[in-house]
Amino acid sequence: MDEHTLAHGAYWTVKEMFTYPNEYIYWGIHIVIYPYITGLVAGAFVLSSLYHVFGKDELKPVAKFSLVFSLALLIMAPVPLLFHLTQPFRSINITMTPHFYSAISAFTFIYMTYMAIVLSEIWFVFRPFIIKQAQERSGLMGLFYKVLTLGSYDVSEKALHLDEKIVKILATAGIPAASILHGYVGFIFGSVKTVPLWKTPLMPFIFLMSAVISGIAICIVTYIAGMAFKKHFICFVPIKSMCKVLSYFLAIAFLLEGIDIVFHAYTAEEFWGIMSELLFKRFAFKMIVIQWICGMILPFILLTLPRLTMLRGFIAGSLVLMGVFTMRWDVVIGGQSMSRSFAGFLDFHLPVFSSNIEIFKEGLFPAIFLLSAPFFLLYIFNKVLPVFKDIFTEQECAEAEDRLSQRLF
Amino acid sequence: MVTRRDFIKAGLLTVAGMAIPISALEMFKPEAMASLVRSFSEKKRWAFVVDTNKCVGCGMCAKACKLENEIPFDADVQRTWVERYIQLKDGDVVIDSPKGARLGFTSNDPYGHEIKDEEITKEFFVPKLCNQCEKPSCVQVCPAGATYKTEDGVSLVDRSWCIGCGYCITNCPYYARFFNPVTNTADKCTFCYHRITKGKNTACIDACAFGVRKIGYINDPKSEVFKIISTQRVAVLKPEYGNEPHVFYLGLDHIVR
Ligand code: SF4
Ligand code: SF4
Repeated sequence: MDEHTLAHGAYWTVKEMFTYPNEYIYWGIHIVIYPYITGLVAGAFVLSSLYHVFGKDELKPVAKFSLVFSLALLIMAPVPLLFHLTQPFRSINITMTPHFYSAISAFTFIYMTYMAIVLSEIWFVFRPFIIKQAQERSGLMGLFYKVLTLGSYDVSEKALHLDEKIVKILATAGIPAASILHGYVGFIFGSVKTVPLWKTPLMPFIFLMSAVISGIAICIVTYIAGMAFKKHFICFVPIKSMCKVLSYFLAIAFLLEGIDIVFHAYTAEEFWGIMSELLFKRFAFKMIVIQWICGMILPFILLTLPRLTMLRGFIAGSLVLMGVFTMRWDVVIGGQSMSRSFAGFLDFHLPVFSSNIEIFKEGLFPAIFLLSAPFFLLYIFNKVLPVFKDIFTEQECAEAEDRLSQRLF
Repeated sequence: MVTRRDFIKAGLLTVAGMAIPISALEMFKPEAMASLVRSFSEKKRWAFVVDTNKCVGCGMCAKACKLENEIPFDADVQRTWVERYIQLKDGDVVIDSPKGARLGFTSNDPYGHEIKDEEITKEFFVPKLCNQCEKPSCVQVCPAGATYKTEDGVSLVDRSWCIGCGYCITNCPYYARFFNPVTNTADKCTFCYHRITKGKNTACIDACAFGVRKIGYINDPKSEVFKIISTQRVAVLKPEYGNEPHVFYLGLDHIVR
């Protein structure tokens, strides 16, 4: 077929019964990945703030890691959007003629603010290390660290104390910023009035809670994997603490998603007929089995059963990650699967190989690239900054365990 | 000293005092006044009338639109299309619009299944196009401001500015929008803005041999559109979305989606 005779979306959309002629699944895999990664950012940042703001000492070994990881994720967050646009080179237009009624146009501004907070927090957290490197190293790396110091070499007691204060302020400011960043992604969907599955004021909160659980889960999984890979001693205390936080948020997330569905069923508006067919037939396996049973209920049980082990934490974390990814898929693809005519269905087939760049771009391989890029970035950051250095020795670990056992919460 | 009681009293008085002039402003707005006298304001505003009673589903409109607006003929996207509704005796409703009906409907076989005449209770065609909403949700969500509404009520897309996010497409209740396969930007019916602003009819109106479609100013007492809308029972599609569509239908049925 001549490329101009193939409508955008026609390649990966299969229609059933009556759908409008122009109706295709226009928001594909990248719009699944976009909220997924943004959610991970928010979750990872909240985790690091638990140490910096709420003084959860037992999280010290993962605080730097989750902070830097959130930067790696943050850098990748808007990239799926660029892949999704049919005119990616014009994306700058959003900032040149900002249209504030539009939820998407706010993204750039929220993103930039948040990026500034994360970057400066990282700078303050690693400042002593950077200065030390700048003074000790020579050559290209020395120069690199010298630039990173931004000309400030003050490591006096007073200066470091001030740093700590600033970090605390930034971490505090970062929590609402992270919540807005992700809550607003939920708003992008929640405000599309034509898609009944999305159109609920709960959407920002549903997205926020699933963001937090996925962010904590990815920190658990990556931290354990990274430490094991480097053959470091892994202290169980911070992991246990992360698992506990994860289980709390899992309960809230499950409740919110449940309320939403129960509400739709109870009010049973015009679209409920088609929506129930979607939820309980077409998407039943993905939604009920993978998203809820495997992604929420099972990990919750694993995390709350007594005598938690590292392996169980790791498995629970992986399950949550899979569950949240499925949730993003179910929301984005599922939402568009119901025809706006409420009389038909659209089915999405992820393109894999294609010689047409437009189609390839929306397919499996770019998706894999986008999902693995944050890990690659983390690897590079770890070469420059001691992301995994702040770990507990066996003795510190035992002490932390002691402290924790005396605390009530 | 000001007691708390005085303070509250003064506060309430201020609020009430401010409310009066503000509500007065509302009352003396020219449009608001005009609406007391007649129901349509002076502002020129395009509107469309579709008489579904007369449509035979030949699809000439859809074909003419494709040619006029240079949308690749074989691509499965349409600026205007025709839907067929068949209500069966057992209560089922079969709806189809093969290729937007740009080749028309020639036999009783939606989705390749023949339907016998005796099974049918009613059957009709509904032409559709962009409703040029008064409150277009497509304009509301466009992050780049590439979709905009003209003074005379038509929503247009600036093809050189659209980034192709598809937000507008997803947010149109009528799915009037699509990605143009040639320009790779959002596209839709423009009421043939390039023609109507020069005093001509739209391509689809010229192509329709049955007088199904009409365009005109909704507030011009001389226009046929005005006469129909102000004297006959017309309906719009999906009013519940609050977009205030400006394509008015004669003979709309409750099974129409
Ligand atoms: S019908 Fe759709 S595309 Fe047309 S103005 Fe209304 S919302 Fe926009
Ligand atoms: S696809 Fe183009 S016109 Fe539509 S919302 Fe995006 S930028 Fe605006």
